[in-house]
Amino acid sequence: MRALLLLPSLLLLSGCSSNWGWYVVNPATPKGWLNLKFLLSGLGYTVQLSATAICISVVVGLLVALPGLSARKWPRRLSRTYVEVVRAVPILVLILWVYYGLPQITGLSLSVFWAGVIALALSDSAFQAEIFRAGIQSIARGQYEAAYSVSLNYRDTMSYVILPQAIRRILPALGNQLVYMLKMSSLVSVIGMQELTRKANELVVSEYRPLEIYTVLVLEYLVLILIVSAGVRWLERRLKTDERA
Amino acid sequence: MTETAPIIRFEGVSKHYDSFQVLKGIDFAVARGERVVVCGPSGSGKSTLIRCINGLETIGGGTLTVDGIPVTEKTLPKVRARVGMVFQQFNLFPHLTVLDNLTLGPIRARGMPRARAREAAMRYLERVRIAEQADKFPRQLSGGQQQRVAIARSLCMEPEIMLFDEPTSALDPEMISEVLDVMTGLAQTGMTMVVVTHEMGFARKVADRMVFMDHGEIVETAPPEDFFTAPRSQRCRDFLDKILNH
Repeated sequence: MRALLLLPSLLLLSGCSSNWGWYVVNPATPKGWLNLKFLLSGLGYTVQLSATAICISVVVGLLVALPGLSARKWPRRLSRTYVEVVRAVPILVLILWVYYGLPQITGLSLSVFWAGVIALALSDSAFQAEIFRAGIQSIARGQYEAAYSVSLNYRDTMSYVILPQAIRRILPALGNQLVYMLKMSSLVSVIGMQELTRKANELVVSEYRPLEIYTVLVLEYLVLILIVSAGVRWLERRLKTDERA
Repeated sequence: MTETAPIIRFEGVSKHYDSFQVLKGIDFAVARGERVVVCGPSGSGKSTLIRCINGLETIGGGTLTVDGIPVTEKTLPKVRARVGMVFQQFNLFPHLTVLDNLTLGPIRARGMPRARAREAAMRYLERVRIAEQADKFPRQLSGGQQQRVAIARSLCMEPEIMLFDEPTSALDPEMISEVLDVMTGLAQTGMTMVVVTHEMGFARKVADRMVFMDHGEIVETAPPEDFFTAPRSQRCRDFLDKILNH
C-alpha cells in the first residue's frame, strides 16, 4: 500500500515540479474558485446519469437472467443470446449508436441524457444478468422445495424466498457494477453530456492546464467512488442477517 | 382398518434418472390417519418415494393420487395445499425470522390476513414448544429447534398429510428426542404421516405400518410388531441386523 502511494508522489516531485500551475484551480483566487465550481458543476449529471442507468440495468438484468434459468431451451437461448450480443459491443460504440443511430430507426430524437442512460443501462444489463444468474444459482435447491411445500407459486418463491437471499449475496458484485458505471459515464461526454469529464475537457481547452485540471477530475471520481463504496459496505453490513452460524 | 378410499395411492409408479431406475413399479397406499414409517438402505428410493407425493419429483410411469387427485404439473397447487413436508436439512428461510417463516405460506399462498396468520403461527410455535424464539432468525437456533420450527411451518398450512424426509438425520444426538417428541404428539392428533427415518424406537412406538424398501422396490410391509420380530425377507433381516445391533 505504501509503495503504491510512493510512486505517484515521486513522479510529482521529480524534476517536473516546476510544471505545476495550481493557480488555475486555486479556490483562494476568484478565477480559480470559478474554475473549480465549473468543474464540480458536472457532478450532478454524472451521479444522475449513473444512478438512473444502474436502476434500469438492474431491472433489465433480472428480466434477462430469469429466462436464463428456465428448464426450457428457448427462453435459455434467448437470454444467452442477449448477454453475448450486448456484452460484445464496446460502451463507447453503443453510446454513439444509440445517440446518432437509433433516432434514424425510431424517428424519435433522444436527449443526450437519455441516450447516455439507455446506452449505459443496456451495456450494463448484460453483466447484471450474469451476476443475477450466479446469485440465484447459488441458493440451495432446498429453499425452492421448502417454498413449494408451503404452497408458494414460482413468482412468490422468487420474490419472497430466492431473490431476497440472492441479492444479499450479490451485493458486493452490484457495488462493483455501480462503481464501474460511474466511471463509464465519463464516456457520455463524447456526445456532449455536461458531466464531470466534459466540464474538464472544456476547461482544458480554455485554460491550457491539462495536468492540474485532469488531476482534479481524477480526484473528483476518486472521492465519488470512495463514498459509493462506503455506502455499499454499510448496506452489506445491515443486510447480513442470513449469514449461517 | 375401515373401508375408506386411501388418501395416498401409488399404482405401478416408476421413475428413472437417465438409465438408473429409482422406483420400480411401486404399488402402495396410505389410509387417512395412518402413520407409515419407510425405511431401507441409502439409495433404496425411499426419499424419492415420498418426494413424489407432493410433486418435488415427477413420476415416470404409473399413477399417483393424493386425496383422489392425480398428481400432475397442473394439479400441484391443489396437491401441495394438502401435503406438508419436513426436510432433513430443515430448509428454513434464513433471511426471515421464525415467525415470518411460518406466516409466509398462509399470507402469500392462502391470502390470510397478516394478524390472523401471526396468531395461528404463535399457536403452532407453542405446540412445538418454541414460542419464545418467534422473533429470532433460524441461524440463532439449535438444529433441534430449527427442525421444530420447520414442523410448525408446515402445520401452519393445515395439511391433511405430513411427510418427513429423514427429519432427525442431520441432528446432533441430544436433539433427536425433542423432534421425535413433537412428531409423536402430532401422530396422536390423527394426522396422516409418512416418515422416512432410521429411528426404529420411534417407528415401533408410532407406526401403524412399516415399509421396507430396497433397490427401488417395496420389499416388505408389515405392522411394526411383526416387522421387527419376524421380518420375512432376507434383505430386510440384514438391514434390521445392521441398524439395530450396531
